[in-house]
Amino acid sequence: MALILNPNFAEAGKRYFNAYSPGDDFYEMLLTAHRDLSDEQSELLNARLILVLANHIGDIGTLREALNVARQGV
Amino acid sequence: MLKTYSYPKFEYRTPPEIASGQTLKVPVVVVGAGPVGLAAALDLQLHDVPVLLLDEDDTVSIGSRGVCYAKRALEILDRYGVGDAVCSKGVSWNVGRTFFREQEVYNFNLVPEPDHHRPGMVNLQQYYLEEYLAAQAASRPHIELRWRNKVVSVAQGCKAVTLKVETEDGFYTVETDWLIAADGARSPIRRMLGLEIDGKIFMDRFLIADVLMKADFPAERWFWFDPPFHPGQSVLLHKQTDSVFRIDFQLGWDTDPEEAKKPEHVLPRIKAMLGAFDKTEREFDLEWVSVYTFQCRRMGSFNHGHVLFVGDAAHQVSPFGARGANSGLQDADNLGWKLKLVMDGKAPAALLESYSEERIFAADENLMNSTRSTDFITPKSKVSRTFRNAVLGLAKDHAFGRALVNSGRLSVPAFLTASSLNTPDCASDVFTGRMVPGAPMDDAPVIDNGDEAWLLNKVGNRFVALYFADDANALDASTIAALSDLSLGSIAVQPLVITRKSGTVAGGIPHLEDPRGIAAQRYDAQQGTVYLLRPDQHVAARWRTLDAQKVRTAVARATCNA
Repeated sequence: MALILNPNFAEAGKRYFNAYSPGDDFYEMLLTAHRDLSDEQSELLNARLILVLANHIGDIGTLREALNVARQGV
Repeated sequence: MLKTYSYPKFEYRTPPEIASGQTLKVPVVVVGAGPVGLAAALDLQLHDVPVLLLDEDDTVSIGSRGVCYAKRALEILDRYGVGDAVCSKGVSWNVGRTFFREQEVYNFNLVPEPDHHRPGMVNLQQYYLEEYLAAQAASRPHIELRWRNKVVSVAQGCKAVTLKVETEDGFYTVETDWLIAADGARSPIRRMLGLEIDGKIFMDRFLIADVLMKADFPAERWFWFDPPFHPGQSVLLHKQTDSVFRIDFQLGWDTDPEEAKKPEHVLPRIKAMLGAFDKTEREFDLEWVSVYTFQCRRMGSFNHGHVLFVGDAAHQVSPFGARGANSGLQDADNLGWKLKLVMDGKAPAALLESYSEERIFAADENLMNSTRSTDFITPKSKVSRTFRNAVLGLAKDHAFGRALVNSGRLSVPAFLTASSLNTPDCASDVFTGRMVPGAPMDDAPVIDNGDEAWLLNKVGNRFVALYFADDANALDASTIAALSDLSLGSIAVQPLVITRKSGTVAGGIPHLEDPRGIAAQRYDAQQGTVYLLRPDQHVAARWRTLDAQKVRTAVARATCNA
């Protein structure tokens, strides 16, 4: 499975009239998940989220690619 | 202070009621001659409703304020007769650059979609828009403009609203059947009626400056996140008309606004900014500077008995995405035809409830989008800043990152898909595309009597049944009769035939040609497809075959007569 780096957010059954809407939906959801957390708690939430998503993706090759992309800009 | 614009001074005349002592009785008063109040008056005059327009001031907006007018607003302004003036004076921009710290992260080129009359947006200082609207309103026989007339009290009875108006010559009383409050974010009318508006203040301040460039400067939109010349904050540069550029500096909450406004603080900031991109020294003059805070809030209902709230009086959003004036113009667009039908006794007052419902739906969408932009531009926590900066970093190399960068989403009209005025598609009528019931109409190039024209300029202000066919000459007699009959009801529906091939439609029914099939494609039309279009150019219903009874039922539904 090749790593997807084009916009890829969508919710099943939802109709979008603007291309930016699904990405903005996700971003709001992400920030809402962090609301009222301390910095330390936010860090923990992020770590847990990465582990959950990594397991969902499963494919080690894809995850290696994703880690490389993420690491390059740090 | 302004070098490029001289403010008009509108004439005050002593109202005759001051000497006569008589109460002035009128059908509609609009309070507030800003863009939205003027638009509301112009919309009603299209329906031959006389309007008294009161404003406490006698000129236009001071400073540029609203600068970006989006496609839908321009199409509405076309109906009010000022679209050409706004588009020819305004400037278009296509290139946007996004900077993060020292670097340009990416740029985009918004090539306008072909075969639409109006572009995605034009930039124009608000004072020009108001000037054009005011001139248009003054030229209309059914609009009486009274400048320097201030409403000081308002009382609502069960059938009318009574206003006390103050002028320099004294007071007089107006009794009106309907009052449209377009008196802005602080709305005195709203306050005098004791009505609430709920939401939140954002703990941030912005300094806005209009700057006259003395040398050529690209007509681009530049947005900086955390620039070296203004660390930790955001800065936006936007081209306007007359070589005047608008600059918005985020100040943060702790900055003293009065200090920040002083030239000795503003000028070095702008200088640093203009040189930051390519190290060029650019000469400029400061035309206007102001500091603002903003709120995101709306009223629980936009109609209260015989008082209707429009624009900032009803809802306020953050400035990111230009959703203030643009959405206010859409309020006027939504309200005019409904109020006319209610005034004529052709629709129940419930139709005005639908004004509130539909525009609250739109306001909530605007609030959501502008709040999201605000949260991206001005992160409020460490983690949200980290995510924001990560997105900006990824945007440099990856398309998904660019899609997440939110420096303001351009104002687009709401798809009123949940409106009770819509007739849902029949299960057997299968359609694809965007023109669902509730959608704001897409434009398309058409031929009208041999001349090039635009679909949107041929509909609006009344209900229209748009009938698609291949061959104008081939319409059968029963179709012609059914279409002609639609114009006979108490709420007339104007039939309009649109065909791929040229020819003559029998029965004198208006006819457009769509030789390239663009309208048919945008409306996913086939031979015999019918769209019922509202006076505000939203789709009310559509069918694959014409059934006059279904059209009438849909009109009844769209006017709360069902």
